[in-house]
Amino acid sequence: MNTYWRTFKVAAWLGWEMDSNWTEPWLFVLYSVIKPVAGAFILVLMYVVFVAIGRPQGDPDAFSYMYIGNSFFIFVASVLFGTFQVIQSDREWYQTIRYVYISPISYYVYILGRAASKIAVSVFAVAITLVFGVFFLGVRMHLALSDVPLFLVTTILGLAVLLAIGICLGGISFLTAKHTHGLAEGIPGLFYVFCGVLFPLSVLPDWGQAIGRAIPLTYWFDITRRLLAPTISVNTTLGGYDEPTILLFLVISSIAFFGLSVVIYKLGEYFARKAGKIDMTTSY
Amino acid sequence: MSAASVRRTDLRYRVGLNLRAVVGRSYPRIVGANREPSWIFFEALLPLLGIAAYVFIYQFFGGQALAVINQATLTAPFGMCGSNPCADAAQQALYRAAVYSNTNALVASVVLGGTMVAFWLNVLWSMASQLYWEKEIGNLQLYMMAPMNRMALLGGMAVGGMVMTSMRAVSTLIAGVFVFGVVFQVANPLMLLAVFFATLIALYGLGMMFASLYLLWGREAWNLSALMEEPIFFSSGFYFPLGGLFRIPGWGPAVAIAGSFIPASIGLDALRQLTLGSTAFGGTLWIFDVTTELEILVGMAVLFLILARYALAYLETLAKREGKLTSRHQ
Repeated sequence: MNTYWRTFKVAAWLGWEMDSNWTEPWLFVLYSVIKPVAGAFILVLMYVVFVAIGRPQGDPDAFSYMYIGNSFFIFVASVLFGTFQVIQSDREWYQTIRYVYISPISYYVYILGRAASKIAVSVFAVAITLVFGVFFLGVRMHLALSDVPLFLVTTILGLAVLLAIGICLGGISFLTAKHTHGLAEGIPGLFYVFCGVLFPLSVLPDWGQAIGRAIPLTYWFDITRRLLAPTISVNTTLGGYDEPTILLFLVISSIAFFGLSVVIYKLGEYFARKAGKIDMTTSY
Repeated sequence: MSAASVRRTDLRYRVGLNLRAVVGRSYPRIVGANREPSWIFFEALLPLLGIAAYVFIYQFFGGQALAVINQATLTAPFGMCGSNPCADAAQQALYRAAVYSNTNALVASVVLGGTMVAFWLNVLWSMASQLYWEKEIGNLQLYMMAPMNRMALLGGMAVGGMVMTSMRAVSTLIAGVFVFGVVFQVANPLMLLAVFFATLIALYGLGMMFASLYLLWGREAWNLSALMEEPIFFSSGFYFPLGGLFRIPGWGPAVAIAGSFIPASIGLDALRQLTLGSTAFGGTLWIFDVTTELEILVGMAVLFLILARYALAYLETLAKREGKLTSRHQ
């Protein structure tokens, strides 16, 4: 246990250094904020354009729904990327995977540690985006004090699921070429579409709604939105579930995805070793 | 052999050498990628999901607007037409048709933006960052020792990148038409092709220029590329007509003008006009007319290619002088 903790700590420190030591702290803070805020502004402009040409009276509920979902999606993009890119960057970019891999540590825990710095930065980015939305864009948000513990628990569970999914992808990327960007765009895109992040599941066809209901992140986004913006009147199709039920879904799926991540990671590792792909480079 | 024929032979040799370099550098991108079947899934199909999300947002907005128009109440028996109740069924139908038409035009804007996103990401990650990446993995010194012009090397990367990225761009267009039912109305296909290729040349010219600058910026290059994703998608109107930014008083026009320095923004505006008709969105969200935008794009293409040539020569000299051409992780 002590080795795991030490590995996690050192990997987290390494991840932080790699993320932040290329520049001055103020520039790093700016960099960490500009990307997510610009992402939110894409949606703001989409809304502005639609209102300008199609619905002059606006739709504040739809806007708040979309904005809050998008803010929390920052976690999805950065935690997933922070997890699965570890293998590819160590293997293709720094070409250090062979040394880290043969050291007497758990590479699984090392990946989690490396992702920790990304989580820390994304907490900051999510907070900035939400505060900006509330004060400058009229996003309807109100978190009751009594809901704070539940909000914290659901956030931790959501992040746990994300880490597990990231490790699953990491296991797969042991075997694939340098597809960091395709994965970074595509997998979050999957959740973007099917998890009711920006629009309710009711917009999707039936088969799309079924996929969405099978992904735990759908419930995470739903409960987060219920806690942060209880007044939004958008039909999410999940109104039949109360908060404790959704929390239960999240607990069960966190455990299930943790198990799945271990299995996929081990399988990917096994086949990569067998095929001699652990330290391959695919630079074209 | 006369002096003139020696020069001609030499020129022919150099042209041939540089053309071979273009083919040689584009070859691994085209063939190498095709030898990795997982690439099609990861780089061409998966990213379509992100674009689909933006399509669904507009469909969500459209659905919400339609619900208001269709909802009959005691005070508005024919639903709401804007802020007022619809006068009769005919007016209601007119507003409904307008919502359908606007939603289709916005979805088409996203699909076109999605194709351009593919090229922009390729410019950032496979053009601009490429020389830095080559330095990191130790290929740059080999390129520098080879006798061809460095521009031929960058040209090969650009050609290979365009071909490689076309797969994703075409997938996006096909998905737009067949999955999302987008209707394009192309009245002037030759102009469309001219705008498209002028945009690509300008974009890749910009990428070639960045490639040299990234050698100077070193480790910041990766982060700079990451920083030029969402902010550029936003300021260049990849997912909405750029004219929307001019609707925001104060900072909106400033952001739009800054974003226009990326050729994709002007190119997208022209492509949208050519495929949706200049009357789409009531004709109020376009920047310039298509001919003017084509002229701007051609100007940008020439400018960026010239700047790329000079930047490359300057950075090569600088890097050699400071002895950093092959030093990694700096």
